[in-house]
Amino acid sequence: MRELSLNVLDIAQNSITAGASLVEIELNIFELEDRFEIVIRDNGKGIEEEFLNKITDPFVTTRTTRKVGMGLPLFKYSAEQSGGRFEITSKVGIGTVVKGVYIISSIDRMPLGNIEDTLITLIISSNKVDILFSVKSDRGNGYLDTREIKKVLDGVPIDSIEVIEFIKNYIKENLSYLYGGLE
Amino acid sequence: MKSLAELTAIRNKMKAQIDNREVEKDGDILIKVGMATCGIAAGARPVMTAFLEEVSKRGLKNVKITQTGCVGMCRLEPMVDIFVKGEKVTYIKLTPDKVVKIVADHLVNGNICTEYLIGKEN
Repeated sequence: MRELSLNVLDIAQNSITAGASLVEIELNIFELEDRFEIVIRDNGKGIEEEFLNKITDPFVTTRTTRKVGMGLPLFKYSAEQSGGRFEITSKVGIGTVVKGVYIISSIDRMPLGNIEDTLITLIISSNKVDILFSVKSDRGNGYLDTREIKKVLDGVPIDSIEVIEFIKNYIKENLSYLYGGLE
Repeated sequence: MKSLAELTAIRNKMKAQIDNREVEKDGDILIKVGMATCGIAAGARPVMTAFLEEVSKRGLKNVKITQTGCVGMCRLEPMVDIFVKGEKVTYIKLTPDKVVKIVADHLVNGNICTEYLIGKEN
């Protein structure tokens, strides 16, 4: 993975596979403390405690097409190599929270990358899942909620190409100034 | 700054189009991009956005883009399945540049880009 937003895409895909109806992606930036965190929270089926304990082992996976699962190990690595940390908590029947904390000035911190493309890819991936993307930073707060967008659309599919383009530009024009500089 | 009011305009325009679209169901094209860890790491996201951009640039109305998981051939990612009138074709090791050619040749003109097909990798 060359940018953190690709890790976010990968982890959020797990949430969709887990049957989540809402995936929340939070970007909390504390510039004065030289750190930021990425939180991916879902209301999917959750993970059994026994499996959770070994989940960052790349040779543990639920998939059947191959024997390795690199998604969470790569995300964990991305946080730890910047001097930050990784957390995962989960409850069966309630959902899962994955969190990465990053040191902004670390030379080993990967760039955040193109978070707009990650969000539209997720929306295209499953038009049934709702995405709540929120950013908190010293510059202000903002969010994008696909539930609000679907309400306006009134039956027009959210994954139509015209709508996806609107969403991409919406994030760029309304939210990107909040996390500018981390890319 | 963009506002949700602009979205209302897009919705109204699209609602008018949907009625016309039902007629040409036969011509529908489905694009499925492999989007598991292996696909993402190999560059599936720029491939998907390239499809979005090309389809939008050409104003193709009968195209749906979606994703699929890992099919076990991680070394051939980014992989894309394209269904035209129910006929499936699998392209491998795609890049945004190859996508431009596929949209022009395959989706618009109906000529499959055989050089990017699965089975041609050696």
